[in-house]
Amino acid sequence: MTDVSYQSQPQEAEASLGDYFALLKPRVMQLVVFTAVVGLLAAPAQVHPVIAFASILFVAIGAGASGALNMWWDADIDGVMRRTSKRPIPAGKVTPDEAKVLGFALSGMSVMMLALSANMLAAFLLAFTIFFYLVIYSMWLKRLTPQNIVIGGAAGAFPPVIGWVIATGSMSIEPWLMFALILMWTPPHFWALALFMKSDYDDAGVPMLTVTHGRKSTRKHIFAYTIPLVILAVGTAFTSIGGPVYLFVALVLNALFLKGAYDIWCRDEAQAEADDYKVEKSVFRLSLWYLFLHFGAILVEALLPAAWGIWA
Amino acid sequence: MTIRAEHEIHQRRKGRNVGVGLMLAAFVVLILALTFVKITSGDFEMPRIEEGQ
Repeated sequence: MTDVSYQSQPQEAEASLGDYFALLKPRVMQLVVFTAVVGLLAAPAQVHPVIAFASILFVAIGAGASGALNMWWDADIDGVMRRTSKRPIPAGKVTPDEAKVLGFALSGMSVMMLALSANMLAAFLLAFTIFFYLVIYSMWLKRLTPQNIVIGGAAGAFPPVIGWVIATGSMSIEPWLMFALILMWTPPHFWALALFMKSDYDDAGVPMLTVTHGRKSTRKHIFAYTIPLVILAVGTAFTSIGGPVYLFVALVLNALFLKGAYDIWCRDEAQAEADDYKVEKSVFRLSLWYLFLHFGAILVEALLPAAWGIWA
Repeated sequence: MTIRAEHEIHQRRKGRNVGVGLMLAAFVVLILALTFVKITSGDFEMPRIEEGQ
């Protein structure tokens, strides 16, 4: 018997390379790469371009690995939710075991390679991020508490810290400001999504705030989390990673975001359903630009010459 | 007897295999570049071997 005859009945939906790539959550990887690059370039240290490129690549692979492990663990939830039902595992293209093996293999490889290309502290932080996202968030708290999004946000907030540590090999307050910015941004961002994707989380049995505390309470939470976010985001302008460009961007974006969060708080379900969640959808879209432009402004400040009067 | 890739499954897997091959080749090039940068950087030191060992 040859291998050809042995495998004469192949799977109908055999995975392509693209399906394995989809396991790595490419859109999340984009955010990880962007924020890690900003952290690396904002740091007061020079890194050789090859080392910087390789290190960011390993951070991206580590983030992708945690995405694959999350898809392995949450395959049952993903199959129920409309937003995630076309992911490779619920679509039947990749088996959960394949996702698990790929996730663990890439996790180990990315952490070891980051230790070699950058330093042990950066590798430790990447390993901790993967552990946090898989064990603390996916396995433990996601199905247990309505504050799951707040905790999950912490995992997504580590990349700029890792980028900073790749460059400097040590910690300081600035990367933790970037960490806090993503951490505080995540709840209003996801709760706005949960308000207009309402049946998804209900059907999956995930204790999203909209399910456990009701939609009125979720609207209040969005506004309550936005206030410290605004203070933090504007306050960062007066640290060494901020500057006039960042201050201008932060003032505009935070005014818009605060107004949007206030509007969400003032509305009730009848109003929202009447206009098909227009305000909630616009705040969600704004939240995507909000994070991108804040980190873009930090990047601009890092690349501009340091001759900015009170910020110099 | 040689096994010839004439089954349809080989065609379907070809794209996947070429992709994996290219990624491995890129990984080798990356490691080569990293090694070169590391050993040519100013702070690189060869491990010292004690005399008499």
